[in-house]
Amino acid sequence: MMNTPAERIPEAGIEYIEKKPSKLKWALMAAFPIFLFTISLFLGRYSVPPNQVICVLGQRLFSLPIETFWTDTVETVVIRVRLPRAIMAALVGAGLSMSGASFQGMFQNPLVSPFILGVSAGASFGAATGLILELPALGIQALSFLFGLLAVVITYLTAHIYKVTPILMLVLSGMVVSTFFQAMLSLIKFIADDEEKLPAITFWLMGSLGSVSLKDLGIAAIPIIVSIACLYMVRWKLNVLSMGERESRALGVNNELFKAIIIVCTTVISSTAVAFCGIIGWVGQVIPHFCRMIVGPDHKVLIPATMMVGAGYLIMIDNLCRLLTATEIPLGILTAVIGAPVFAYLLRKTRGGWN
Amino acid sequence: MSVKLSIKDASFGYNDSQSVWENINIDVREGECLCLLGPNGCGKTTLLNCINGTYALKEGSVFVNNKNIKEMSIIQLAQTIGIVFQEHSAPFPYSSLEVVRMGRTPHLGLFETPSEEDTRLALSIMEELGIAHLAGKSYTHISGGERQLVLIARTLCQQPEIILFDEPTSHLDFKNQAMVLRTIKNLSQKGMTIVMTSHFPNHVWDIGTRVSMLGFGGMVVQGPVEEVMTEKNLSKTYGVETKIYDAKSGIGHIRFCAPNLG
Repeated sequence: MMNTPAERIPEAGIEYIEKKPSKLKWALMAAFPIFLFTISLFLGRYSVPPNQVICVLGQRLFSLPIETFWTDTVETVVIRVRLPRAIMAALVGAGLSMSGASFQGMFQNPLVSPFILGVSAGASFGAATGLILELPALGIQALSFLFGLLAVVITYLTAHIYKVTPILMLVLSGMVVSTFFQAMLSLIKFIADDEEKLPAITFWLMGSLGSVSLKDLGIAAIPIIVSIACLYMVRWKLNVLSMGERESRALGVNNELFKAIIIVCTTVISSTAVAFCGIIGWVGQVIPHFCRMIVGPDHKVLIPATMMVGAGYLIMIDNLCRLLTATEIPLGILTAVIGAPVFAYLLRKTRGGWN
Repeated sequence: MSVKLSIKDASFGYNDSQSVWENINIDVREGECLCLLGPNGCGKTTLLNCINGTYALKEGSVFVNNKNIKEMSIIQLAQTIGIVFQEHSAPFPYSSLEVVRMGRTPHLGLFETPSEEDTRLALSIMEELGIAHLAGKSYTHISGGERQLVLIARTLCQQPEIILFDEPTSHLDFKNQAMVLRTIKNLSQKGMTIVMTSHFPNHVWDIGTRVSMLGFGGMVVQGPVEEVMTEKNLSKTYGVETKIYDAKSGIGHIRFCAPNLG
């Protein structure tokens, strides 16, 4: 008897070939940050001939036997300014985008940002306090990092009831903690001397990679890389967690442990990013959404995709900040100015990203 | 047959002063299909959540293979007991294959991702249930009945010894109901131990081997289907006069019950 088409099971069966992002897509996504990273070493306000850039990098990074024929300034610009800045942009871009994607999975909502638990509000308050106390740069960074962590710890403890931490409670207490630290930040701004301190705080809050040094990079790189590696390793479980906590538990996921891992990783990334570069909004929201359009919703492929695209995106925006106008534009302004319309477009195109 | 699942003197309450139900005792033997009936809000789903350890009992214990579930880890529980939730949508449009593959979670380490082997198992289970054609389709874009079958496939992918079904046919039309019930019946006939809650007492005659009727506060009556499914018990459990109708037709003997609308 012939089966009707509706009932017929295609021969596909076991040989069914799963739709996965093509090799070309992966290659393009990997090439995106590598290309932008490379050209960002050649671009800048201080003009350095390309052959000098190549030779400086060859001698200093790969110990090639090249004789020095460039000035000290050229070496400083390439090795101490452009290189750490591009690496930091890549790390922060990748880190924030992966944090955003992980949180969106964990909170079962594609519109969540990595700052939802109050980390940016806490870190901003910490930095402003450091600025007003006239601490050295490292002190400001440390205070900012610690207050970022503190804000998330308070959020977590507030949400923790009956030995569990429901997602909804996390969102709500994150809002409460953010509001509190934002008010405290306003208070600091209010008492800050408006000749020097207030502009310094305001400027710092806008975010910039302009002051990143090799030393900064040395401190920031390790926590960010470790957290990125950790998020990468648990990526597939995000699929399970995004089905809801009741289901993921029934499937054998220790929700509390798993949420803790994700919160710790994202908080370390965000706090470090804010401490060294100020508030860089919109990257953590736009990039995961954009990547979902390219590779689909499966976190197994989405997380590495956000890592690559996020790194490239932030290097690109930072290059625009450096080169677009005569004076450098703060990074946070451009990520929002470019991010918001792109996000609006993606929202319309994907109808909210739900289904 | 040995007792697979045993609930002893169980009570549950969301707070200390009030109990949803008390003194529940249920034994489910290997290969049995126990149907849990009862009015809305009497705590059938809660009982399922206590069996798989999502909620902790106030008093009493649940034993699986004579082992108290309190002594089992979340992973061990997931390897032994699978639960098919009421069909629902997902926040992200995963492929149906991906949803089924999630069933492998209790067999994978914290940092592990599913292997080719896991994917093959997921696909062969989907084929067995006749839903292989859905593998590439988005879970959010298939019908309610198909979603329910995908969730059943996911639970089978867990390779559990007991499967709990929470209202597997609610919101489903006749065709989808038939699809889901046929699948459950097949599983039962193959020897799977099943506990299923239902709003539709009529399904019991089709697939149940035993019935437990839960009321507000505790168990009303339980036992083999033929003994327990009486007008008196149904009327008492649901708090409305219920009639059982018998029909013999060319294709066989059919029974169904319905509330008396007066």
